[in-house]
Amino acid sequence: MLCPPGGNPRTPRHLISAADLTRDDAVLILDTAEEMARVADRPIKKLPTLRGRTVVNLFFEDSTRTRISFEAAAKRLSADVINFSAKGSSVSKGESLKDTALTLEAMGADAVVIRHGASGAPYRLATSGWIDSAVVNAGDGTHEHPTQALLDAFTMRRRLVGADAGLGRDLEGRRITIVGDILHSRVARSNVHLLATLGAHVTLVAPPTLVPVGVDRWPCEVSYSLDAVLPKSDAVMMLRVQRERMNAAYFPTEREYSRRYGLDGERMAKMPGHAIVMHPGPMVRGMEITAQVADSDRCTAVEQVANGVSTRMAVLYLLLGGSETALPSAAARTEENNA
Amino acid sequence: MSKTLIRGAKVLGGEPQDVLIDGETIARVAPSLDAGDATVIEAEGRILLPGLVDLHTHLREPGREDSETVLTGTRAAAVGGFTAVHAMANTFPVADTAGVVEQVWRLGRESGYCDVQPVGAVTVGLEGKQLAELGAMHDSAAGVKVFSDDGKCVDDAVIMRRALEYVKAFDGVVAQHAQEPRLTEGAQMNEGVVSAELGLGGWPAVAEESIIARDVLLAAHVGSRVHICHLSTAGSVEIVRWAKSKGWNVTAEVTPHHLLLTDELVRSYNPVYKVNPPLRTEADVMALREALADGTIDCVATDHAPHPHEDKDCEWAAAAMGMVGLETALSVVQQTMVDTGLLDWAGVADRMSARPAAIGRLDGHGRPVSAGEPANLTLVDPAYRGTVDPAGFASRSRNSPYEGRELPGRVTHTFLRGRATVVDGKLA
Repeated sequence: MLCPPGGNPRTPRHLISAADLTRDDAVLILDTAEEMARVADRPIKKLPTLRGRTVVNLFFEDSTRTRISFEAAAKRLSADVINFSAKGSSVSKGESLKDTALTLEAMGADAVVIRHGASGAPYRLATSGWIDSAVVNAGDGTHEHPTQALLDAFTMRRRLVGADAGLGRDLEGRRITIVGDILHSRVARSNVHLLATLGAHVTLVAPPTLVPVGVDRWPCEVSYSLDAVLPKSDAVMMLRVQRERMNAAYFPTEREYSRRYGLDGERMAKMPGHAIVMHPGPMVRGMEITAQVADSDRCTAVEQVANGVSTRMAVLYLLLGGSETALPSAAARTEENNA
Repeated sequence: MSKTLIRGAKVLGGEPQDVLIDGETIARVAPSLDAGDATVIEAEGRILLPGLVDLHTHLREPGREDSETVLTGTRAAAVGGFTAVHAMANTFPVADTAGVVEQVWRLGRESGYCDVQPVGAVTVGLEGKQLAELGAMHDSAAGVKVFSDDGKCVDDAVIMRRALEYVKAFDGVVAQHAQEPRLTEGAQMNEGVVSAELGLGGWPAVAEESIIARDVLLAAHVGSRVHICHLSTAGSVEIVRWAKSKGWNVTAEVTPHHLLLTDELVRSYNPVYKVNPPLRTEADVMALREALADGTIDCVATDHAPHPHEDKDCEWAAAAMGMVGLETALSVVQQTMVDTGLLDWAGVADRMSARPAAIGRLDGHGRPVSAGEPANLTLVDPAYRGTVDPAGFASRSRNSPYEGRELPGRVTHTFLRGRATVVDGKLA
């Protein structure tokens, strides 16, 4: 559903699901993100590309980190940013998603970045004919969070292949392990799709209660044993596990979860020397990850945040009709920087 | 009273016959009749069925007249070929007293398009805690025989047992909405491959099947009859088949949408496909068709569930559950059962008229098409092909999952006790 530059700028383009991206789409985004990352190293961290365009951050769920990441990305591209938080707005007084969308459209939004508690809300926004703007899914219910998957893939490619060496390349043959509450995780869903598209081998690790019925059709393996999978992992992604889950009997106690599926120093030592630990945040230290692991050099959690801005810049740039002339192509840019 | 001669229609799909309606009654059925002063309907190639009977209709009045009223709902029923519908009890206020069921019954009589047989709630306020006054509803002018908390499951085993026992006193039946509530908290769609991908809360088949298993055992234990609403899974079919093989008094219905649509449609996140029980898998659809053909499932019931536009023009999780179905039911049954060779038209008459009338103990409906019977009749043109356009519905609501779909067959005429309620596909 994401079209590269050169398409008709009048055609609405969206990023709803990581499953909609082809391998070439994904690699283009990662390569573009690498270019954007270089902007962050400049004294003036800004490109004029989206000057005069308006990006609305439409957040029906509190998510400060995702919202400010998109905000920083849009601002670095010189777009005007409107932050619309459902809390304290007319939405909390019963306004429908449709009417909110129509309002934003009337205000001239070129792109709507939406975070919503209902799975499929971004898809509805993009396909119901309510608005013409580009729609970017910033996390919907327990469905998907495609920009998170993109920034994770970007982080993996940088760490496992190399920033420059990775350009134009995917994650062929890399072994990625995702651990935790798969059932409720939009991050896991997007990552499984994207990583499979990029040629990686994905293994999900969780107690059986936190793996969805129907997972056997996903392009990945499932294991109930973290210890068995760790030695065969190039990256281990720990997902947040909400303590409330144990009230619904997904697992008996926090301590039992932590013992069986948490990553501590001892377990981290079983990973290959080059392997990294990832976390989309926010981390629950002492639950799925110990402080020792979270603060180690192998943990990329903070790096992922920085990469998130570059990746979201790339997505907004590509979606909002950033043209070849507005920004040199990834390849040309690389040559320029290398020169 | 006026006379009408239906000329050359295939009665129940059999040999062409002439059928003379005199007043409220079928006067004669013969290969060739003299029209005399009767109005003649040339019906070569059409199928004549007994008027259809729906065991499961939501007419929404009282309380949600923005989505449907008894009048608009019965008009939709007539267009769909129905001459009797059972109005479900989940109105506002709930039809859990003699007063409410009599009101609905009276509104049905005033409408004149279709007989309305109110269903009474099993428990007060559909809350599953205290039995409603089932006897009073039965003794009222509405003469309630079917009781259901539809929309909610009577999940307390003791309440269900008592209800099953209690209605024996007046030959009533409890129609169960089989949904184990704890297994379906936050449920949005069928639990399986598609829900896993879409991240929508799962409504597992076992939540339906476990209740059906319990209820057929309860019905057997207390010697009552139980009816299963909108059976939707292959596993449920197996349980009902087993219960019937034991000789237990169990009946079941299937909706048209569960005979045709699958959960793959939910990939659109279009809430027009949101319904309870949810659309299931292709394997379930095939099992349901087979079960309807072999009689394991007794009848088709629409679960016609009107909702205003705004309750569907939103994100999936916020949308209401349900689909309108009265005006498309026969076409869907033709496509899924007749055109596939699973059921002949006599079978359709059985599953959509005779059986539901028998389950509801409804007098004057579901009768044979023969002399002396009430003239409740539906004339169908099976060769018709048309695209569904909800804008043309008689129902007040438009939430049809078949919009834009081509479906076969059309009801050209409906007769309620000899009076034409539909003529040439239009309300009379």
